[in-house]
Amino acid sequence: MGQQVTVIAGNTMPAVKLQELNPEQVAESHERADLARRSLYYMALMREVEERIERRLYRQGKVVGGVYVGRGQEAIPVGSGLAARPSDMLFPSHRDLALYFIRGVAPRQVFAQYMGRAGGLTRGRDGNMHMGDLDRKLVAIISAMAASIPVAAGAAMAIKYQGRDDVAWVWFGDGATSRGDWHEGINLATVRKAPLVLICNNNQYAYSTPLSKQMACRNVADRAPGYGMPSVIVDGNDVLAVHDAAVKAAAHARAGLGPYLIECKTFRMTGHSAHDPADYVPKHLFEEWSELCPIRRMEKRILDQGWGSSAEIEEIHARIRRETDEAIEWAQNSPYPDASELLDGVYGS
Amino acid sequence: MPSTYVEAIREGIREEMERDANVFLLGEDIGIYGGAFKVTAGMLEQFGERRVVDTPISESAIVGAAIGASFMGLRPVAEIQFADFISCGFDQIVNYAAKCRYRWNAPAPIVVRAPCGGGIHGGPFHSQQNEAWFTHTPGLKVVLPATARDAKGLIKSAIRDNDPVIFFEHKALYRRVKDELPEGEYTVPIGKANVFREGKHISVITYSAMVHVAAEAAGRMEKEGVSVEIIDLRTLTPLDEETILASVRKTSKAIVLHEANLTGGFGGEIAARITEKAFEDLDGPVLRLAAPDTPVPYCPPLEEAYLPNADKLVEKLRWLARY
Repeated sequence: MGQQVTVIAGNTMPAVKLQELNPEQVAESHERADLARRSLYYMALMREVEERIERRLYRQGKVVGGVYVGRGQEAIPVGSGLAARPSDMLFPSHRDLALYFIRGVAPRQVFAQYMGRAGGLTRGRDGNMHMGDLDRKLVAIISAMAASIPVAAGAAMAIKYQGRDDVAWVWFGDGATSRGDWHEGINLATVRKAPLVLICNNNQYAYSTPLSKQMACRNVADRAPGYGMPSVIVDGNDVLAVHDAAVKAAAHARAGLGPYLIECKTFRMTGHSAHDPADYVPKHLFEEWSELCPIRRMEKRILDQGWGSSAEIEEIHARIRRETDEAIEWAQNSPYPDASELLDGVYGS
Repeated sequence: MPSTYVEAIREGIREEMERDANVFLLGEDIGIYGGAFKVTAGMLEQFGERRVVDTPISESAIVGAAIGASFMGLRPVAEIQFADFISCGFDQIVNYAAKCRYRWNAPAPIVVRAPCGGGIHGGPFHSQQNEAWFTHTPGLKVVLPATARDAKGLIKSAIRDNDPVIFFEHKALYRRVKDELPEGEYTVPIGKANVFREGKHISVITYSAMVHVAAEAAGRMEKEGVSVEIIDLRTLTPLDEETILASVRKTSKAIVLHEANLTGGFGGEIAARITEKAFEDLDGPVLRLAAPDTPVPYCPPLEEAYLPNADKLVEKLRWLARY
């Protein structure tokens, strides 16, 4: 990416000429432009990989199990994931694929994972987003929603025990906030003042159940005061807004002030899973929210702010298509694990 | 000076905490109060609040936090105040801890300690012997010591083990059984049964508090000329099949005894393995003695009727001796 002549300080300010800014502001503007382009790359990569999985490989019968994607929600894992330090511990939910890419997992490993191949992160032991890698500080989700919350609380307690200033980050949906584990985990973490950042993707639906049947309060963030924890509500389809909130939340946690909850308002632009046509969702909601696509919004902002050109944006997409083609090719050639591996690894000794 | 079972567990935990700065304790009322059964008495004073963590009443969070801390290199020892309450943390144990190594090669070296068992008039929610809930879950190790000596050696092994260990302490044994403990450092391996008493005619295969019931019955049978061998399994998963089969091949008759209720209990598994692998050596059916399929009742006459005891075992032993 080339340096831009016209840069922007902040999200919403009008464009100003570079020569009107002091050196500090110039550096900050360059940082912002760089963040914007990296955000676009990771959001578009997540979208492309999930499109291929859900709309091609799954329909071709190459994905042997379920598919749960985060279409329309990409700004949430990307904005927050780019605010995390490499030494922070991440507990993604099943709609946060971009976190894996940010941590260096290759798209080909993800395709292989979905297809149950030996090249996937779990070597065919588990499917879809049930993947983790302790070396990359990525912890695999289990199917029971919110089970990650107490585990992330424990990781945060361990960080404090070890006297480090890292943070444990945990992602979950609105539906997960109905489970006891969510409440038990947060209560323990707040009592212990553990460095935990909680990120809710409130996509308005838990499978077919709308939020109004999931909870009686208006916002997930409304639950926070009951735990003596600060919270903020952000536009979950604005990647920079998510990022800025995440930076603030992480600073709070690192300062020893305890957990912090970010509620990202968004919408699930798909069924619960690939087999679910989501007929229960009023059509107008999909139409309204498609206007708020976080990827298109980011592209528009990059152009408006002069953070990049159309050609550069197109090059990002072209690069992703190339990478994705190669990754699928690799994953399809990855063998299934041999049946002789069945009994391995239940115990360490 | 002999140590009680509770002192032995406390000493084992203390030694591991002194040896390894990554070992820490969490649970309900384990700090200032020293635990409902005083297993952790004095730990807060010695190790401080950093390493002895009083938690809210949240069994799922206790187990979940232990798992998360173990991912960070710590060695958590979680206490569930009564084994009956372990159901509140069940998902974290059977779906999270048990499966993470197999799924994505992430070991969860946690110890979940749980005081179990009846005989103290605790009623339906303070008396259960619920090990079978966990022996059916691959990925967990299930340990149930019967003696003070084993309790200390096994808790030390459990803390050092790289897999999740469910450590059932029988609450009726805490202050009733004592041992002269070996001088200095020792451990007892997980997965190894103990021939508690050698005998020639019938094998009683058992574990936890029932080892002592078997010992009483064996003493009585001795006077009737029947020599009973007692196998104390100590660990159910992984199971020391070799010691069981060697004993049965020697005696040719077997009774499996456990305090948990009969149906779906671990005794069925042992009986099946003996039948499959030592059928030719058997001179009689493999019998089971267990509690009936009811909740654990509260009042003394009902609880006594519920629990297996020496009288009931003697009756089975006599029947099998005649067979």
